[in-house]
Amino acid sequence: MSTLTAKRLNIETKLSDDLSKGLRPVEKVKKMIYETNQLHIWYGETHAIKGIDLPVYEKEVVAIIGPSGCGKSTYLKTLNRMVELVPDVRISGKVAYNGKSIFDESYDVEELRLRVGMVFQKPNPFPKSIYENVAYGPRIHGIRNKGVLDEIVEQSLRKAYIWDEVKDRLDTSAYSLSGGQQQRLCIARCLAIEPEVILMDEPTSALDPKSTFKIEELIRELKETYSIIIVTHNMQQAARISDKTAFFLDGELIEYNETNNIFNNPSDSRTEDYILGRFG
Amino acid sequence: MKKNNHPTKTNPLNVKELIEKGKKTRKVSQKLEKIIPFILLSITAVSVLTTLGIILTLLTETIHFFNIIPIWDFLTGTVLKPLNKVPEYGVLPLISGTVISSVIAMIVAAPIGLMTAIYLSEYASEKVSLVVKPILEVLAGIPSIVYGFFAFTFVTPLLREFIPGLEAANILSPGIVMGIMIIPMIASLSEDAMSSVPDIMREGALALGSTKLEVTKRVVIPAALSGIIASFVLGISRALGETMIVTIASGSTKNFSFDVTQSMQTMTAYIVEVTSGDAASGSTIYYSLYAVAMILFIFTLLMNVIARYVSRKFREEY
Repeated sequence: MSTLTAKRLNIETKLSDDLSKGLRPVEKVKKMIYETNQLHIWYGETHAIKGIDLPVYEKEVVAIIGPSGCGKSTYLKTLNRMVELVPDVRISGKVAYNGKSIFDESYDVEELRLRVGMVFQKPNPFPKSIYENVAYGPRIHGIRNKGVLDEIVEQSLRKAYIWDEVKDRLDTSAYSLSGGQQQRLCIARCLAIEPEVILMDEPTSALDPKSTFKIEELIRELKETYSIIIVTHNMQQAARISDKTAFFLDGELIEYNETNNIFNNPSDSRTEDYILGRFG
Repeated sequence: MKKNNHPTKTNPLNVKELIEKGKKTRKVSQKLEKIIPFILLSITAVSVLTTLGIILTLLTETIHFFNIIPIWDFLTGTVLKPLNKVPEYGVLPLISGTVISSVIAMIVAAPIGLMTAIYLSEYASEKVSLVVKPILEVLAGIPSIVYGFFAFTFVTPLLREFIPGLEAANILSPGIVMGIMIIPMIASLSEDAMSSVPDIMREGALALGSTKLEVTKRVVIPAALSGIIASFVLGISRALGETMIVTIASGSTKNFSFDVTQSMQTMTAYIVEVTSGDAASGSTIYYSLYAVAMILFIFTLLMNVIARYVSRKFREEY
């Protein structure tokens, strides 16, 4: 924390102070959806996340950048508690979603994941038809009416800009699609249950430039409706699509600020070194 | 350049020279490479030719049998009395015994095996599966004659407590025990199929708010279905061919019946009975062995064909 500049501290402490006093921040009327306080995560003996504080506001795109192994994916997976699937994981600290601590025993993890969708690094459609992939989420959450499902499937595929490419072959296997199409299908699958937040874990790292471009377009479109937290190792991507950027290094949050500031006027020398490609 | 390549000054390493030296031995192995396919082919031919030989023997002896007993009488006859003065050779009693015992076995083995596989692949911690899997392997390694004893001396008396009309020799008890014997096979093959479903699919489903059971039911099992069905079919063919358990615990009554509390004979048990008796070579009863074996062979062959077809048809590519 000592390495943070006054500027960044100002923004952060001001916001959290204002909120804790119950006052509205003057500039930001946006609601805070995720609050992270002193989050620590260990994988066995490895200390992967070392005391992170990070607020996320609604309808923003937050990019998390940093070199491999810096804990950015771990942090992302904490937000929908997928991190608990790792054996030997230990978590301390607080993560609150809409003001409720998600690690409370009474917290319903399925409910959390219904509100917080996730798109993975590698496209992971189910080995089912295109239609069944999108209908999966609504189905398990109790929607059985065929007409309603048809409507949801079409809308979700439209929102993910893949409808025109697949509308004539909804019954074919999702694996007949290209990698980029599969990833957009996975985004459609995630949109089908109308989440509030979408977590994206390097969603374009396995895709070619053209598909990457399409996904980035899509993210720009989606942020009108959803809050998006995206992990990326591609700094240009972070600069292109995000409102705020968090720079992680060795499990610590080095800098978190408006994306413009991070890329044009970083306050920490390590951030500067990283975005200029001196390491990582 | 040369100097830089040397690991030490006193012991120069020259890879090119060494390769040149090794060329002689390499020539031998290159020549060997030319005959190796033929050697391997002839070794492979052993099992292929054996199979063909067995089928051929079965066929000729079966045809011989059908020259004495018309094939239609054999296939549709409900009376099997080979030792009568006027012997009757109807195979249906044996087929009903075989099918009924296999069905009972699958009623026991399919659900238990599948549930075990689900537990091991989706729910059990590593510690638990480290304990349970070896136990299953032990179960799979028990000789079937031991299972036969178990059926006759333990399961039948136990069942008679609950089912008063149960005969001392009956088809129910060996059917159940056969099922127990098949559980490990179904469990481990199904578990293999389920564990090979990539984790990213489970994660995708969990991230949509599925519970573990929903992930298992709607993603893992459909994705592993071909392997699971193949394990069932292999289980059935194992039950069809099982011999010792039914021979010991089901007696040798050749009744065409569907009453599981009664003694029935399976095709395998019939073959055991006749071969351990004094079936003179060349007698009708001797040839009947081949006809029964032929039917059994067709049954298991059919199962294998179904298994192949099913695993291709239901394969979900991932």
